[in-house]
Amino acid sequence: MSETIAFKPETLEKVKQIIARYPEGKQKSALIPVLHLAQKEFGGWLDVPVMDYVASVLEITPIEVYEVATFYTMFNMQPVGKYVLEVCVTGPCMLRGSDDIVNHIKERLGIKAGETTADGLFTLKPAECLGACGYAPMMQLGKFYHENLTKEKVDEILDLCRQGQIAID
Amino acid sequence: MSKKLLLKNAHIEGIRNFDTYREHGGYQSVEKALKMTPDQIVEEVKTSGLRGRGGAGFPTGMKWSFLAKPEGVPRYLVVNADESEPGTFKDRYLMEHIPHLLIEGMIIASYALGSNTSYIYIRGEYAWIPDILEQAIDEAKKAGFLGKNILGSGFDLEIYVQRGAGAYICGEETALLESLEGKRGNPRLKPPFPAVKGLWQSPTVVNNVETIAAVVPIIDITGAEYAKIGLGRSTGTKLISACGNINKPGVYEIDMTITVEEFIYSDEYCGGIPNGKKLKACIPGGSSVPIVPANLLLKTAAGEPRYMNYESLSDGGFATGTMMGSGGFIVLDEDQCVVKHTMTLAHFYNHESCGQCTPCREGTGWMYKILKKIESGQGEMKDIDLLWDIQRKIEGNTICPLGDAAAWPVAAAICHFRDEFEWHINNPECLTRNYGIAHYADPLPVVEKQ
Repeated sequence: MSETIAFKPETLEKVKQIIARYPEGKQKSALIPVLHLAQKEFGGWLDVPVMDYVASVLEITPIEVYEVATFYTMFNMQPVGKYVLEVCVTGPCMLRGSDDIVNHIKERLGIKAGETTADGLFTLKPAECLGACGYAPMMQLGKFYHENLTKEKVDEILDLCRQGQIAID
Repeated sequence: MSKKLLLKNAHIEGIRNFDTYREHGGYQSVEKALKMTPDQIVEEVKTSGLRGRGGAGFPTGMKWSFLAKPEGVPRYLVVNADESEPGTFKDRYLMEHIPHLLIEGMIIASYALGSNTSYIYIRGEYAWIPDILEQAIDEAKKAGFLGKNILGSGFDLEIYVQRGAGAYICGEETALLESLEGKRGNPRLKPPFPAVKGLWQSPTVVNNVETIAAVVPIIDITGAEYAKIGLGRSTGTKLISACGNINKPGVYEIDMTITVEEFIYSDEYCGGIPNGKKLKACIPGGSSVPIVPANLLLKTAAGEPRYMNYESLSDGGFATGTMMGSGGFIVLDEDQCVVKHTMTLAHFYNHESCGQCTPCREGTGWMYKILKKIESGQGEMKDIDLLWDIQRKIEGNTICPLGDAAAWPVAAAICHFRDEFEWHINNPECLTRNYGIAHYADPLPVVEKQ
């Protein structure tokens, strides 16, 4: 495990607060919330040293962290761009044109689904149902949803990202 | 005009905040409930006829009465806010707009069940909603409705919000508990049921967001009055999240006495189909319930109007009926291709299978591959029968209902729209859609489970 990996003191404080939500000895329950914190703090993805560090913080074995991190789609096991464009492609979004939105993003960015632009700014990640079916088509960008998308709206979002003027957290 | 119980104050500006919620009658049901005994509350919920609003429709009061009460062992209420069923976004609306309604319902339910620590397990993608809920929890705590000795009743309660991380299966109650314990969301074998051995092996009730919110008006107006609303065993009101090819997608509260036709075409609800297109089909209860063609959707097997309630939607069984499910109402117009729609849903279930049971792990990917083959014009007639065989071998043969959820859309699509599958195999272009075959130049991959 790398010696340099460590949560900021304020994050460690947050970890302690999360652990306190559960009965004594059940600190493993904090794993998913702590992995969210780790992913955010350590570059947007979870590499092995980060997962090992999380295991040490929660006093569980590394394999317990690996098996959870690889199960949930929100944890990135590979490096991703600064902006991860998660476009919902499930039935209700498909009925309202999510294919067009995905194809438009591919054309604009010159990448395929799952790829990251050469400048490391964007990753395109088709997603399964994100619970915004009534406001389709949509995509998730960081913490927020962008709904009722059109190609023009997508272009506007991409421009705002390039200018660093869009909230993701 | 349907009666509004849950959304009656949703339009009020600032209703998300404690003071405004309180000004409009908020937390009066808690005050009333804490003067009752826990058993009286359970009886009130039983009398109301409330059925779980997450999809299964199991009577809530009965579920609560199953909770084991061994001495010296904690009990838990866990609110299922995982909401990942395609077509379903009603719980999100409740939590975003009226978070105190959920918190108020949780206080009443926790008191009735004897839970001093309760959790809201919310899907990870709803990343901004935990902040809203935590603010509501803080406000309620400052006002004395949470924490120690609530309103001098001697009842203590803490509520915590836990985010998931993107796994549809965590909407299944035992998978949710596994996830809350910091594990992969693999469903548990039942029995034992969570009411006996749930969170950390303690007795636990897992209820959907809408179910818990409905407890507030039940205590307010009494279970008997609640039971008078609706039709037959479909008592009270139900939130319907409507989407797809309709003019007014959104979340509607209905009292389950309106017809499906009225729901789709009236201005009060969906406002009809855009551009004057014809209704082709509908999935009325979230993607896992059977798709129904327009002619069978609007009338029951007996030729009566079909109503938006549990009994009427399932009238006639699988062949003609469908299910109320979660109330995720997905409308398809005449331009939509059922083969393509079924393929996208098959990919969803393939992606979301936890991989624990072989029929589901292998079958969902296999169904998707065959559907992709048919959709892209490469199918053979025998593929339709193979699809039918695979879905039959998945249904009922898995630990949790995800297998059924994956099988039913395929079965219903073949059952009602076999001609479209045959057309796709025999013709170079799709029967309905106005774009060419193989539009997925970069098709979604089959998911191999780790």
